[in-house]
Amino acid sequence: MTTPENLITVKNLTKTYKTGDVEMHALSSVSLEISKGEFVAIMGASGSGKSTFMNIIGCLDSPTSGEYLMEGKDVLNRSKNELAELRNTKLGFVFQSFNLLPRTSALENVELPLLYNSKVGTKNRTDKALEALKSVGLGDRVDAMPNQLSGGQQQRVAIARALVNDPLIIMADEPTGNLDSKTSYEIMEIFQKLNDKGITVVMVTHEPDIAQFAKSNIVFKDGKIIANHLVAERKNATNELKNIATMTDEKSTT
Amino acid sequence: MRILNLLKVAYRSLNRNKLRSFLTMLGIIIGVASVIAMLAIGEGSNQNIKASVASLGTNTIMVYPGNSAMGGVSQGAASNKTIKVEDVNAIKVNCDLIKFVSPVDQKRVQVIFGSQNWNTMILGVTNDYLSIRSLTISKGNTFTTADDQVAAKVCLIGITVVFNLFGDENFNPVGEIIRINSIPVKIIGVLTKMGQNTFGQDQDDIIIAPFSTVQRRMMSSSIYVNSILASGKSEAQVVDAVDEITNLLRNKHKIAPSDDVDFTVRTQSEISNIFGAISKVMTILLACIASISLLVGGIGIMNIMLVSVTERTREIGIRMAIGAKGRDVLTQFMIESIVLSFVGGLIGIILGVTVSELVAKFGGWPVVISLTSILMSFIFSAAIGLFFGWYPARKAAALNPIDALRYE
Repeated sequence: MTTPENLITVKNLTKTYKTGDVEMHALSSVSLEISKGEFVAIMGASGSGKSTFMNIIGCLDSPTSGEYLMEGKDVLNRSKNELAELRNTKLGFVFQSFNLLPRTSALENVELPLLYNSKVGTKNRTDKALEALKSVGLGDRVDAMPNQLSGGQQQRVAIARALVNDPLIIMADEPTGNLDSKTSYEIMEIFQKLNDKGITVVMVTHEPDIAQFAKSNIVFKDGKIIANHLVAERKNATNELKNIATMTDEKSTT
Repeated sequence: MRILNLLKVAYRSLNRNKLRSFLTMLGIIIGVASVIAMLAIGEGSNQNIKASVASLGTNTIMVYPGNSAMGGVSQGAASNKTIKVEDVNAIKVNCDLIKFVSPVDQKRVQVIFGSQNWNTMILGVTNDYLSIRSLTISKGNTFTTADDQVAAKVCLIGITVVFNLFGDENFNPVGEIIRINSIPVKIIGVLTKMGQNTFGQDQDDIIIAPFSTVQRRMMSSSIYVNSILASGKSEAQVVDAVDEITNLLRNKHKIAPSDDVDFTVRTQSEISNIFGAISKVMTILLACIASISLLVGGIGIMNIMLVSVTERTREIGIRMAIGAKGRDVLTQFMIESIVLSFVGGLIGIILGVTVSELVAKFGGWPVVISLTSILMSFIFSAAIGLFFGWYPARKAAALNPIDALRYE
């Protein structure tokens, strides 16, 4: 087996916020490599810099200094438009608050990234969006508005939207933060399946049990990585869901 | 990103806020509609004035007495009697470019028939007057030169006078004798109905009698006349005819070349131009008021687009996160405001034309809807959309994705 290709390489990434005269280091000299096919959970207390790190590797924010290579190519020197194209075609975002467009059907929400991708034709667009919705198990709710969907369903629409342009990486910022544990496991099941298909997943979470679904965990503290280790006993979401089902069954039978 | 996709994005976003979109358009709709309606009404009255002035005959020339100053105090226009009966004859004999000429004496008189009486205007003129004003006789006959010479007590009367004295417009009063300022006068003809002129004056409220009859029997002076009405042989030579009359009267009145004349010569086209100018000013005024509402409509669009940018900052953030370029966001917001002003402009045109037609139908006011006004207001509204849409769109496009996403 060849060594896994490095998808993301960051060196000495620093982000400083200035509030008046006070300088705040959200990130101080962070270096990390994420290889293709990884499933990384980034953990840490709030204010530890994990979200800032995520936003920077998601090309939504730019660092104060440092180096960032994606697939071996420099990212930080690219223009705004090139970054937008990168986000459109190579990255898929999943947010804690879902961030679906209100009063817009699930299908139209999923179609959105395709509308900004000039390589996808009109006919292809609906097909691809439908396919993405089916892959997250929402093939029957395509015309539903976000407010008609449960939190878990909304998050699945958001995942479908992230998937629709066949990205290399899925970036998830606390994807289970607003969901109950069973729904969270369902979302993790989707992530694990996507990861099995070869999509790299980078997920920020502060819930240790959710982090157990990832292949490796990175812990941030005060803008620095303090731990980077493989998950010893990785949980399988499908099995966990079965366990929950049997537990509730036992409860109802007793 | 293809423009078709952006159109779709803009359409969806407008469709999501139907009421807001409609209210925004309302400003443009009312603006465009009022510009079109105002211009149509203004242009209609303009053409109406021109047409009715022209119906008086464009080659008509009028001579009025000039203003006079006694001891440096001006007495105002036509305050002095300076035109004599012999001036009329001189014009008739000497001016080659003049076809018809008639002295005009006019006076308000009380007319009595039986138990009815009516106050009207009597004109003392020669037969030429009827030709100059293109007046025709519907019943009976006009007077003859002989009638004029003997100051015969005969007259022609207008329909309004017939109605008020005899109680019926269709009554044939030929042969009846009426008393004008106590003088018995025989009606020998009825003038064809002319209706109101542009200024609302009833042209049928009139009595026409031979000049000498009026002058000798009703006026105080037998030397001077109120005014002279003449018509040129052709419209093209009216200006020359005016010069001819001016020079002739200058000589006759013995006015030195350095002095001001004691009479005024006017042509119908001058009057027509004056009223045309007045009407034009009115039209411009109306158009200005209407343009202000169009401008306010444009500011309404800008207001809504700005609010919309702020309100949708998060949406812009989402769009940018999933790959919208600044350009795409700019185009989307521009398309939204252009669509608003475009559709608003179209509805405004329909509304404006409808309102104009309704005014024409129920208000009895002539309207002329010009293609120019439609095109102008439409282009103006589209330009307003572009202009007032640009700033908010620019603002939206310049947002940083992460700032937009974090916006609450």
